Amino acid sequence: MKRQYDPFLTISIISCSVVSLFIMVPLLQMLFEPSWEIMTESIVDPDIQKAIWLSIYSSGLAAFISFIIGTPFAYLLARKSFLGKQLVEGIIDLPIMIPHPVIGIAILGIVGKHHWLGHFLHSIGVQVMGSVSGIVLVLTFVGMPFYINTVKNGFESIPVRLENVSRSLGASFSSTFFRITLPLAWRSIFVGIILCSARAISEFGAVVVVAYHPMNAPVLIYERFTAFGLKYSQPIAVLLILICLMLFVGLRLLTQKDREL
Amino acid sequence: MIQIQDLCIHFSNFALKNVHINIKKHEFFIILGPTGSGKTVLVESIAGIIPVNSGNILINGHDMTHAPPEKRKVGIVYQDYALFPHMTVLENIQYGLSYHKKSHDDRQRIHDLMAKTGLLHLSHRKPKYLSGGEKQRIALVRALAVRPSVLLLDEPLSALDPCFRDDIQKLLKMLHEQTGTTFLMVTHNFAEALFLGDQGAVLNNGIVEQCGSVESLYTSPQTLFVARFMGFKNIFDVQIDKSKAKTNFFELETSPSIVQEATYICFRGEDIQIHPKCPEPMPVNTFLGKIQNIVDRGPYCELAVHANNALIYAILTKGELLKNAYHTEKNVFISIPPLAVHYFN
Repeated sequence: MKRQYDPFLTISIISCSVVSLFIMVPLLQMLFEPSWEIMTESIVDPDIQKAIWLSIYSSGLAAFISFIIGTPFAYLLARKSFLGKQLVEGIIDLPIMIPHPVIGIAILGIVGKHHWLGHFLHSIGVQVMGSVSGIVLVLTFVGMPFYINTVKNGFESIPVRLENVSRSLGASFSSTFFRITLPLAWRSIFVGIILCSARAISEFGAVVVVAYHPMNAPVLIYERFTAFGLKYSQPIAVLLILICLMLFVGLRLLTQKDREL
Repeated sequence: MIQIQDLCIHFSNFALKNVHINIKKHEFFIILGPTGSGKTVLVESIAGIIPVNSGNILINGHDMTHAPPEKRKVGIVYQDYALFPHMTVLENIQYGLSYHKKSHDDRQRIHDLMAKTGLLHLSHRKPKYLSGGEKQRIALVRALAVRPSVLLLDEPLSALDPCFRDDIQKLLKMLHEQTGTTFLMVTHNFAEALFLGDQGAVLNNGIVEQCGSVESLYTSPQTLFVARFMGFKNIFDVQIDKSKAKTNFFELETSPSIVQEATYICFRGEDIQIHPKCPEPMPVNTFLGKIQNIVDRGPYCELAVHANNALIYAILTKGELLKNAYHTEKNVFISIPPLAVHYFN
């Protein structure tokens, strides 16, 4: 029998190729453009090392904070219905929608000395502006919605009946959460951490407003680009991409193993 | 054992209203009702999963209306098994033991339960590699492992293939007899109810329509809904005159105990006798009719017989059908025994 021609399949293949090229061409161009000498020079440059390390650990910290604060919150959203729930969900999505310099300006507004919160933070010795704390705060702000939404979906996919049975067998609410719900949601939590860190590590707009110094990788790339041009900003970007790729592929492999459960 | 007193639970689009049920110790109680009648809501409220708006739930004489699920000593088994997918069979079964006082015979008891239910060889498997019947056996053993006062079974047989259903039915009966635990099972299948249950209640739209022995629910419905739900197809409006029931189509001799206020009579298809020729002597309540339709129901056949302008449904075995060569348009005589005629308001 002659195979029937399906125009939709052809369109799908074309669109897949266009999207792949659209993403890959500029990235590949950037990866192969810097010369070996400039790359080795960049690898040993302490400023670049410091900036990349700052990007990695500040986004890791943002993901960790999101995990601690966001997990119970995501569980609440997944399991309970309450008045104004949709409004709360809309508020969580706000950092995804608003321009990121606006987030930086908003944060500056409350951590300045003229605001009571800023005043309080200063009084206990916490400096937000131009500090690592400021960077972590901003990255948590932009990354947490990704974490909460992913983990909420993960919790929703776990049948509530498993929790009911666990309770009927004598487990308390918290025992049920730690022995049943959390192990089953682990994969979603991993994916949430990956998404949150990925979003945080690429953040520039809000960070540049709140903490230009100490420079993280995106700010350093921008600084090198404006001061020395494309040639000196590309190697940092390449290094950042390669390190992130290794980190995220590693995490993905871990979640694949988790799926076997 | 379990006393449910004037229980009310309100949701935005559904309510359980003034439910009143008493379940004795060691009883196998059946909650019957169609989908959406509130069976699962009732079961989950007994388990403490759904909060109660008003009324009381007493278990072993203690008021448990607002107690958390873990304090009630009530086990629950769902139709979709609800096994913990990240644990092995043995881990699932032993899960609840860590929350209860350890007893020296726990290990032996679990081993015996697993042996009785044929689960020993599956101990180290994960649930996703098991069949529906095996999963349901694990869910049962897991719930019984912690020695609950009451075991709630929410349609435990519905999701099973017919080949496993009979096995699990027998297993439920055996476990009920051997453990002495009170069982409360929700189902919409009255064949299961008849096989397993002692007492039962029929729920309709959040209201208990009828309570009593499962046998009485099946044979003597007291409302139109229960009659229809229990599979009565021959239901007629009547006026009673002494022991005669007058419908718009025919007059039936009934049991002398029939009450004059009865407004409906009903009789089961399987109680109707079909004769190919006029029987001698002719029993009471015998009518000439014509077979209008024959429906093959697998193990039996359902005949729609047109008699006295009414359609009467009768059940026949396939053997009887073949022996008498019944076919559509054939004239037959139908007899309705007076004792098979039930009545209600």
